[in-house]
Amino acid sequence: MSSPKQASAVETKFIGGHRACAGCGFPIAIKEVLSSSKDPVVVVSATGCMEVTTTIYPYSAWKVPFLHDAFENSAATCSGVEGAYQSLKKQGKISKNIKFVAFGGDGGTYDIGLQSLSGAMERGHDMLYVCNNNEAYMNTGVQRSSATPRGASTTTAPAGKVINGKQQNPKDLTEIMAAHNLPYVAQTTVGMWPDATKKFEKAFSITGPKFVNIYAPCIPGWGYDTSQTIKMSKLVVDTCMWPVYEVENGKYKINYKPAVKLPVTEYMKTQTRFKALMKDEATIAAIQANIDAKWARLQLMEEATNKV
Amino acid sequence: MEKTIAAKTGNEAMAEAMRQINPDVCAAYPITPATEIMQIFAGFVNDGKVKTNLITVESEHSAMSACVGSAASGARTMTATSSQGLALMHEILFIASGIRLPIVMADVNRALSAPINIHCDHSDTMAERDSGWIQIFSENSQEAYDSMLQANRIAEHKDVITPVMVTTDGFIISHGMERLEMYPDAEVQKFVGEYKGPYNVLDVDHPITVGSIVLTDYYLEYKKAQHEAMKAAKRVILEVGKEFGKTFGREYGLIETYKTDDADFIVIAMGSTAGTAKAAIEELRLEGIKAGLLKIRVFRPFPAEEIAAVLAKAKAVAVLDRCESMSNQAGPVATEVKAGLYDAGVKVPLASYIYGLGGREIYIEDIKNVYRELKAIADGKSKPEQAKYIGLKA
Repeated sequence: MSSPKQASAVETKFIGGHRACAGCGFPIAIKEVLSSSKDPVVVVSATGCMEVTTTIYPYSAWKVPFLHDAFENSAATCSGVEGAYQSLKKQGKISKNIKFVAFGGDGGTYDIGLQSLSGAMERGHDMLYVCNNNEAYMNTGVQRSSATPRGASTTTAPAGKVINGKQQNPKDLTEIMAAHNLPYVAQTTVGMWPDATKKFEKAFSITGPKFVNIYAPCIPGWGYDTSQTIKMSKLVVDTCMWPVYEVENGKYKINYKPAVKLPVTEYMKTQTRFKALMKDEATIAAIQANIDAKWARLQLMEEATNKV
Repeated sequence: MEKTIAAKTGNEAMAEAMRQINPDVCAAYPITPATEIMQIFAGFVNDGKVKTNLITVESEHSAMSACVGSAASGARTMTATSSQGLALMHEILFIASGIRLPIVMADVNRALSAPINIHCDHSDTMAERDSGWIQIFSENSQEAYDSMLQANRIAEHKDVITPVMVTTDGFIISHGMERLEMYPDAEVQKFVGEYKGPYNVLDVDHPITVGSIVLTDYYLEYKKAQHEAMKAAKRVILEVGKEFGKTFGREYGLIETYKTDDADFIVIAMGSTAGTAKAAIEELRLEGIKAGLLKIRVFRPFPAEEIAAVLAKAKAVAVLDRCESMSNQAGPVATEVKAGLYDAGVKVPLASYIYGLGGREIYIEDIKNVYRELKAIADGKSKPEQAKYIGLKA
């Protein structure tokens, strides 16, 4: 675990000059990941904002090896990289210890890349998959994904006169990954640097397939001021809409329990994507009930799995 | 050199070639009729006969994706597939060739759905003809085995660095037992050589970015570089084919001609049908018809000049396509042959045929009929037809 201050003293492997929006969440996630490994890291990325803003030919913001293949196959591609490494290491052609990270956005992970992720995790590759979750297809212009929260307005689920934004609750990908019985599954947020880096450090220390779902706010997609990314990524945790927790060998641990659990509206009212929803009390009540139930279930899971 | 004579199916021959090449990584997914190749190879892996890390992925899309990751990591990488599997790889085939990874694939030609069908035609491979892969067709198991042993040399050549698929005809070759002449492992390994990849993302001391977004300012140059590599591939395929001949006794080129020197009528075919055509030619020659065959071995890069040179003196030509392109003009092979003839200034009457879709049998008699139709065209008794179906039910 490090602080942003400590991390700033080490040579960064992800440099400025990339073309992500001012205040964007994912560059923070990348720095949290890369600063958490003592061993060299090879990065594989899905197509998305992260890839297109950091690798515009002939430039690159990456000072670690970086491979982009396509949108839906970051995990499968990384499994090939790791597979090559295992083969070459066994043959004595490579001696270094190297860590492998596959990045994907929520579109590339929850939706189009879910099969690829599930397959790679089931096969047990020694790799870390990091889902950079900004709750919609941001690179193509804010379309709804299965990670988009209910009631959010997106360009393919807009706040209309008859239908008000996305109608469904988000898929719980972290639980799906926990059901893969991986040695390590965690959920964190870019705004809680110590929590995030502690999790990435732990993930890198474990051999086998790991999954971390990191909440990474998107300014144009969500509609808030560029200075508020960290605030957004903490506020969501205080509402319990995005609990930070980990599942290590099946045992759940909630890493942060808000002293005062804020109503979901405290978070939603700060972003224009929920503007139309604010007038819809029934839907807000349903969202709150869903969040409350999931939070209660998570606490029960923590209790139950630690008794086993 | 001590050669082993064995009875092998096409799939067994492919698997044996892969065992001898002994790649660092294979990533594959089962699909009829290619499944056996990886089944047999998995046996080699688990019996310790190869050093290969076999990644048994959850789809062909992931198979090719894992191959991309592996080949970008300095590992010699191979796979095998067919039909729907190749189609599912489609997106990643272009990426493998675009980022210049010398992956080698065994593809067993099978019809594409719908309707679903597991038997041979060339529609799967033809659908990927513009994917930037080198495509080599095989007439029989021996050619498939021999071409697999040449594929890495071609793919990995510094002037080429382009993936290669070697195809066999589903069931006809893949499951047909034939006499196979195999070469000693050590000789094969000497011929194939040590792997040196074009670049390596595992070289953490020299980090590189692969798969960048390349926009309007460089994309065109990127593609031109690939275009030049495909041009160079023609030369390299011939060089490797010649060296293979010197080493193992069977030389390979871009095309093969059979009795075309004095032929009035030439049929163009690919894959196993070339063998059937040779038998038809033998019978027709006894009848006094000067029939010849031009077999296209390498479809990508397309040997247009070489084909035009062979056809220049013919009185009439037929192209047999085991694939529909639904263009209302002709199948893909005929279309390309015609374009090549136009560029070479060769004007010869050309009839095109569609045959064998979904594994429909083509008989010697069918091919003899094609030659008879060519004779009628040359005699001015009929006009060449395009995309004429052979073997339809009455």
